[in-house]
Amino acid sequence: MGRITLRNVSKRFGDVTVIPPINLEIGDGEFVVFVGPSGCGKSTLLRLIAGLEDVSGGVIEIDGVNATGLPPARRGLAMVFQSYALYPHMSVRRNIAFPLKMAGMDPSEIARKVEAAAAVLNLTGYLDRRPGQLSGGQRQRVAIGRAIVREPKAFLFDEPLSNLDAALRVNMRLEISELHQTLKTTMIYVTHDQVEAMTMADKIVVLNQGRIEQVGSPLDLYRSPANLFVAGFIGSPKMNLIGGPEAARHGAVTMGLRPEHIDLSTSDGTWRGTVGMSEHLGSDTFLRVQVEGLGMITVRTGGDSGLRHGDAVCLTPQPGRVHRFDADGKAMA
Amino acid sequence: MPDMTRKTTSARKATVTALAWTVGFLIFFPVLWTILTSFKTEGEAIAAPPSFLFFDWTVENYLTVNERSDYPRHFWNSVVISVGSTLLGVLIAIPAAWSLAFVPGRRTRDVLMWMLSTKMMPAVGVLVPMYLIFRDTGLLDTKTGLVGVLTLVNLPIIVWMLYTYFKEIPAEILEAARMDGASLRSEITYVLAPMAVPGIASTILLNIILAWNEAFWTLNLAAAKAAPLTAFIASYSSPEGLFYAKLSAASTMAIAPILILGWFSQKQLVRGLTFGAVK
Amino acid sequence: MATQHSRTAARLMISPAVILLFLWMIVPLAMTLYFSFLRYNLLMPGMEEWAGFSNYRYFLTDPAFFTALRNTLVLVAGVLMITVTGGVLLALLLDQPMWGQGIVRILVIAPFFVMPTVSALVWTNMFMNPVNGLFAHAAKAMGLQPYDFLAQSPLLSITLIVAWQWLPFATLILLTALQSLDREQMEAAAMDGAGPLSRFIYITVPHLTRSITVVILIQTIFLLSVFAEILVTTNGGPGTASTTLTYLVYVQSMLQFDVGGGAAGGIVAVILANIVAIFLMRMIGRNLDA
Repeated sequence: MGRITLRNVSKRFGDVTVIPPINLEIGDGEFVVFVGPSGCGKSTLLRLIAGLEDVSGGVIEIDGVNATGLPPARRGLAMVFQSYALYPHMSVRRNIAFPLKMAGMDPSEIARKVEAAAAVLNLTGYLDRRPGQLSGGQRQRVAIGRAIVREPKAFLFDEPLSNLDAALRVNMRLEISELHQTLKTTMIYVTHDQVEAMTMADKIVVLNQGRIEQVGSPLDLYRSPANLFVAGFIGSPKMNLIGGPEAARHGAVTMGLRPEHIDLSTSDGTWRGTVGMSEHLGSDTFLRVQVEGLGMITVRTGGDSGLRHGDAVCLTPQPGRVHRFDADGKAMA
Repeated sequence: MPDMTRKTTSARKATVTALAWTVGFLIFFPVLWTILTSFKTEGEAIAAPPSFLFFDWTVENYLTVNERSDYPRHFWNSVVISVGSTLLGVLIAIPAAWSLAFVPGRRTRDVLMWMLSTKMMPAVGVLVPMYLIFRDTGLLDTKTGLVGVLTLVNLPIIVWMLYTYFKEIPAEILEAARMDGASLRSEITYVLAPMAVPGIASTILLNIILAWNEAFWTLNLAAAKAAPLTAFIASYSSPEGLFYAKLSAASTMAIAPILILGWFSQKQLVRGLTFGAVK
Repeated sequence: MATQHSRTAARLMISPAVILLFLWMIVPLAMTLYFSFLRYNLLMPGMEEWAGFSNYRYFLTDPAFFTALRNTLVLVAGVLMITVTGGVLLALLLDQPMWGQGIVRILVIAPFFVMPTVSALVWTNMFMNPVNGLFAHAAKAMGLQPYDFLAQSPLLSITLIVAWQWLPFATLILLTALQSLDREQMEAAAMDGAGPLSRFIYITVPHLTRSITVVILIQTIFLLSVFAEILVTTNGGPGTASTTLTYLVYVQSMLQFDVGGGAAGGIVAVILANIVAIFLMRMIGRNLDA
């Protein structure tokens, strides 16, 4: 079990409100990702759930039990830190065994569980090494191993992949997702990388300046962002946001259009423009098109578009793909 | 051309080496001379011209010093007082340094500075009351009393040193321990202390040295039976005790252990004595 | 960044140290302050009476006080001058590439670990003694009259002994500072066309300034309370020629048993030391976060 409920949870540091009262429901077995730009309060929120910080107000319930005042050790949660926070003076074996030892578990039982965790995480050959002798990915796995042996109610991940290089990050992303498939334990995962959020989450919580902007499945957020912030944050490259008369024509203050939802033509279309910079990714090309009266619009096209800097192009928004926002930045129905 | 540069460099290196060794030798000479004299007979010790190495080496002085003047007891006093006060200090300082390093608050800085300020109070300012307190409580000339005073004298340095070492340990690791279900005591015993072993060891080392050589309180508060080597050696300044060879033997034994410890701790010395201002 | 639990724990864990140091600082100091207003002699117990500021008046108008103050300043300034100058030169020398640097370091650092009573005795007897000292032998060998260091320039002799003890400290700290000097900064300066001398003036010296200040302040704290070296060598004499403030207070309270007078002197010493301490604390406080 691992149902976590936040009711009016808030956090202040002195006079600074980091998190205004927040309500959030995390279901058992869900993979929830907190995403937002740095300084949005996502790590603080995770630390509040972990019990590493006190809430300034509100209630945290774990499986229906009020855990607000409980110390971290008694919440039954496990955490994987950004720096992995492995104990440098202990072998991998003793690192993974540490929470069990603290729980006063029988040594033979500990040994059995450590071996089992090591087997799952491909660490069997490394059990007697020190963390300092391991690669970044292996350290990451040790940190995960230390978390899983406890069979916690939920796993908390604090930007666990940010210290890894790009290739390894993709691998670890898959491994963590697979782990979630196998264990079916609640996971709360903090990241600033919307790609990680989109690929891993059952449910994404978008945070901005301590506030929850939107909660929903990755596709919900992609298809119907609740406001300009979410619209701009989810999706890569960013959604084009257009104001002025063109937006007014659609009955909105701001209109949003994703680069992949624009048709490109050399002959005719709604808007005319000139190709500026283009980014070739091989599979796709992202064109920056200067459109009169609208400014710079990013368009996705095929890998071999053949268009060059200075070429004249026509753009047409795909019907039904236009997002409309009101003066407050809220999405309009 | 490259050949020439190499020549100038090594010529320069040779000059520097010669100069540095000469200066080093001169600075070290009084210590060396003491050690040499300790192996001479009293006659040779004051002979003119003095002989450097070519005298009849003897260990007689060491034997005499050990037999005649309770030297072993004073040596033991020094050990008990310096080690005792250091360990007691470390025991009090570890929790304090943990608090300062890992639960910083608005007053952390003030507490640290205040602790430092107690170190700056000149001992002579409290000599009279300390003497009277010691006299009235029967602590005068006891090892217990000296252990107590030296613990207090060096406590600020111990806290500061441990604090600077603890600061280098990432707080996340202690948080991980907390998440893993460790109590505060387990957190300190199983995670912090083992990680800080080098720091704790150098703190202990440096403070043993400082306590061993402390010569204000030991001279004023212990005259006879609890007197450590600092006070015992001082008694050689009276005219009848003036025997160079024996003085040298007693001195050599008094400084040898600390010289050896000191050479191991020279790196930490800088950090400890500058309260982390120079690392 | 912590929870109520850890803050409570922190308060509990720091309290033994804080309470002990607080008592250590406040109780004896309060007693000293109290005694300083009493006529109180240990040889006449039970005769204590309120004396107002008379102890301070006697202490501060005693010619010995001015001599002691002057001696203290001369001793501190002399030792600082020798150790800082010598320390900078030695540090620069030891920072050069050479063979056996580690051993030279060990030789240079040694005096710091010699207990004050030993170094005082060794220097007075085996080096400065006008009959059997090594300096006397050397003088005689060169046909000169041996110089009686401790009788003729007692304060200078003590200054030299103390400077020998503290030279390693200055050297070691300045050497550490030199070695922490950013190599790339030096190389950048060399690329910018700065010669060895300008590099020394514009990069090394500013870099060392902070460490020199630290050396001066910390040594001052310790030097103000130099005691054993005087007790063992000259007992403050001849007359009061080598009596410092610390030693004067010691004589008054421990040898003349004048608790009131000694206490007044102690308070004066505390005030003077505090003036130095304020500078030191500012200095260290500024570096606390760095």
